[in-house]
Amino acid sequence: MRNQKESKFKIVFVGHVDHGKSTLIGRLLCDTKSITEEKISEVKTICKQQGKQFEYAYLMDHMIEERDQNITIDTAQIFFKTDAREYVIIDAPGHVEFTKNMITGASQAEAAILIVDANEGIQEQTKRHAKFLSLLGLEQVIVVINKMDKVKYKEENYIKVKKELLEFLKKIKITPTFIIPISAFKGDNIAKKSDNMDWYEDKTVLEALETFKETKNLSNKPFRMPIQDLYKFDEIRIIAGQIASGTIKKGDEVTFLPKGNKSSIKTIEKMNQQLESASAGENIGITLIDPIFVDRGDIATQSDNKPKSTDEVVGNLFWMSKEPLSIKENLTLQCATQEIGVFAESITNRINSSSLKIIEDKSNELKEMEIATVKLKADNPVIIEDFNNIPELGRFILIRNGAVVAGGIITLN
Amino acid sequence: MSNNMNHLDELENKSVYIIREAYNQFKKIAVLWSIGKDSTTLIQLCRKSFFGHIPFPVIHIDTGAKFEEMYEFRDKYAKEWKLNLIIAMNKEAMARGVKCGEGDGFTCCNELKTNALKQCMAKHDFKALILGIRRDEHGIRAKERVFSPRDQKFNWDYKNQPPELWNQYRSISDDQTHVRIHPLLHWTEVDVWKYIKRENLPINKLYFAKNGLRYRSLGCKPNTKPIKSDADTVDKIIEEIKKSKSSERAGRSQDKEAAYVMQRLRKLGYM
Repeated sequence: MRNQKESKFKIVFVGHVDHGKSTLIGRLLCDTKSITEEKISEVKTICKQQGKQFEYAYLMDHMIEERDQNITIDTAQIFFKTDAREYVIIDAPGHVEFTKNMITGASQAEAAILIVDANEGIQEQTKRHAKFLSLLGLEQVIVVINKMDKVKYKEENYIKVKKELLEFLKKIKITPTFIIPISAFKGDNIAKKSDNMDWYEDKTVLEALETFKETKNLSNKPFRMPIQDLYKFDEIRIIAGQIASGTIKKGDEVTFLPKGNKSSIKTIEKMNQQLESASAGENIGITLIDPIFVDRGDIATQSDNKPKSTDEVVGNLFWMSKEPLSIKENLTLQCATQEIGVFAESITNRINSSSLKIIEDKSNELKEMEIATVKLKADNPVIIEDFNNIPELGRFILIRNGAVVAGGIITLN
Repeated sequence: MSNNMNHLDELENKSVYIIREAYNQFKKIAVLWSIGKDSTTLIQLCRKSFFGHIPFPVIHIDTGAKFEEMYEFRDKYAKEWKLNLIIAMNKEAMARGVKCGEGDGFTCCNELKTNALKQCMAKHDFKALILGIRRDEHGIRAKERVFSPRDQKFNWDYKNQPPELWNQYRSISDDQTHVRIHPLLHWTEVDVWKYIKRENLPINKLYFAKNGLRYRSLGCKPNTKPIKSDADTVDKIIEEIKKSKSSERAGRSQDKEAAYVMQRLRKLGYM
C-alpha cells in the first residue's frame, strides 16, 4: 500500500471568485504551521509597504498583479501537512476568465474542496467548477460554507445554502462527504472546532481531509503500455513507456495496437538493472524476442484482453479556446502518446458549463466554456478505454495549431 | 498506481515520463546543471530516463564566482557520467567589468546568468531547456507549468499560461522561442534529500556542516550565506529541514530584496 504518511495527497480548492478560497488556504497553512514564519513576515512587510492590511489570502497570491487586484490568476500548488498526512493544495482561480487555469489545476487532483459563501450562496463559478469536478471524475468532494461570521453564525443560513447545494450536486452526480460551516477569516472549524456554532457537531476541515482515500490501484487491470519512444543506445533497441495499467512479466506475450503485431517480452529494463516484472505507473524499457516494427503511439497490450480500437471517438468535451469548435474542422487528438488527426462529426447535448442549461441539442459549433458530447472521426484507429476503468486511455486533449483547445473524457457503454 | 511503488518511486516515475516526453518532442534540447543538489538529482533522473546515457548536452552557466568545490565536483562527475558538458559564460559582460555580487543584485544575475544563457541558446539553437526548479522553492515557482513556453524576448507570460491537463505535455507554437521543461516541480526539498540518500548520489560537500556552518542552498559565492548547522550527513540534513522554521533560500540575497526582484528576474528569463 502507498505509504499514507509519505505520499502527498493532492486536493484542488475551487469555488466562485471572492468566496474565500485563498483565505482558507492561507489559514490552513498558518494553522498547521506549514508555512515558515519568515514567509509570513515577508508578506506582512510587503503589505505594510503597500499600505494594505495583512490577509491570509496574500500568502497564496504570490504574484504582483494578483496582490494588487486581489484576485487569483493562475493555479498554484503548495505543500501542507498535518500530523496524519501530507497534502498538496492546488489553488484554482475562481474568476471566469481563468477557467482554463482552474481545469489545469483540477486535472492534477485526487479530491476537491468546494467553497461557497454563506451569504451569497451558489454562484455561477460554484456551479461551473462543480461541473468540471464531476467531468474530470473527481468523486471525493468536501464542501465548505464560508464566511459564517458574516451571517452571524446562524444555522438557518447554513441549512439554506446546504439544501441548494445538495440539489445542484445531485444533478451532476456528486455526493459530498462533508458540508462544513466555516469562517476562514476567523478560523472557525478549520483546525479547531468553532465556539460560535454549537449546532454543528461534525468534523472540522482538517479532520475531514483525513477521510480522503487514495486513488485506485491499477496493477490488477489488463496490461496497457503506450509506447513513448524507441531508443538505441548500446546496440540494443529499447521500447520505452509508462505502464498505464496492469502488470507485465518477462516472457509474456504482448500485442501492439493498432497494427496487431505480437511478440514476447525478452527483458524488462531500467538503468543498470533488469526486472522480472513491472506494474502500473512504472516507466520501463522492454526488449522483444522478435524484431517487429513498433512506433511511438502504439499501445502494448495483453494479448488475451485487448482494448477497443476505433476510428470513432465519442467524448464529453470541454472547449477552452476563444475560437469555437466547428464541425469538420481538422484537429489533432492526443490520447496517452497517440497523436491522431480528427474532426468533429457531430456535436450534441451542448450545455453551458455553469447553468447546465442545454443550448442546443444538436449543434454545429462549441464555444469556450461549453461542454458537449462530441463524436470525432479519426484518420487512423485510436485505442481507447473507459475513463473510469483505465484513465490514461480514457481521456484526451485536442490541439489546433499547436495549442491545446479542449479536453475530453471517454465513457464507453 | 502500482501496489509496490513508494512515494519516491512515484515522484521519480513522473519525472522520467516528463523528461522522455521532452526529448521526444524536442531534439534540440539541453539540461541545465547548476551543480547543486536539485540539478544533480535532475541529472540522475535524466540518466535513468535514457538507461545511463544523456543524449543531449548539459549546460553549466558559469558566472565566474562559484565556489571552488563546485568546479571540482562538476569536472569530476561530468567525466564519470560521460556528460556532454557545455560551459556558458558571458565573457563580454565580464570583460566590461560586470562582477558577481556587485551592484543591485539584479544586474549581475541578469547579465552573468540570464544573458549567458541566452547567448548559449542562440549559439546552439536549443528549442527546449530542462531545469530543476521546484514549486516549493518560491511562491512564484508554485505557478509554473511542467512545459512552460518563453517568448521571443525570453519573457514568461505568467498571466496567460496555456492549459496543461493530466500528463499531456505539449509544446506551444507561435510566439515561443523556447520551452522550459520542469521535471522536479512536484518534488519538495525533503524529497530531494531522501532521493539523494536512496540513490547514494554524490553531493557537493558544501551542503554538509563544517565548523558549525553549512549551505542549505548554493548560489554564487558573494550572494550565498551559510546557516548555522551541525548536520554533516544526509540523515541529519533531512531532520534539520523538517524542523526548520525558515525557508530553503533564506541565504540567497536576490530572493530577499525589493520584494519582486525574483519576480522580475523570472519574467526576464531567469531560472
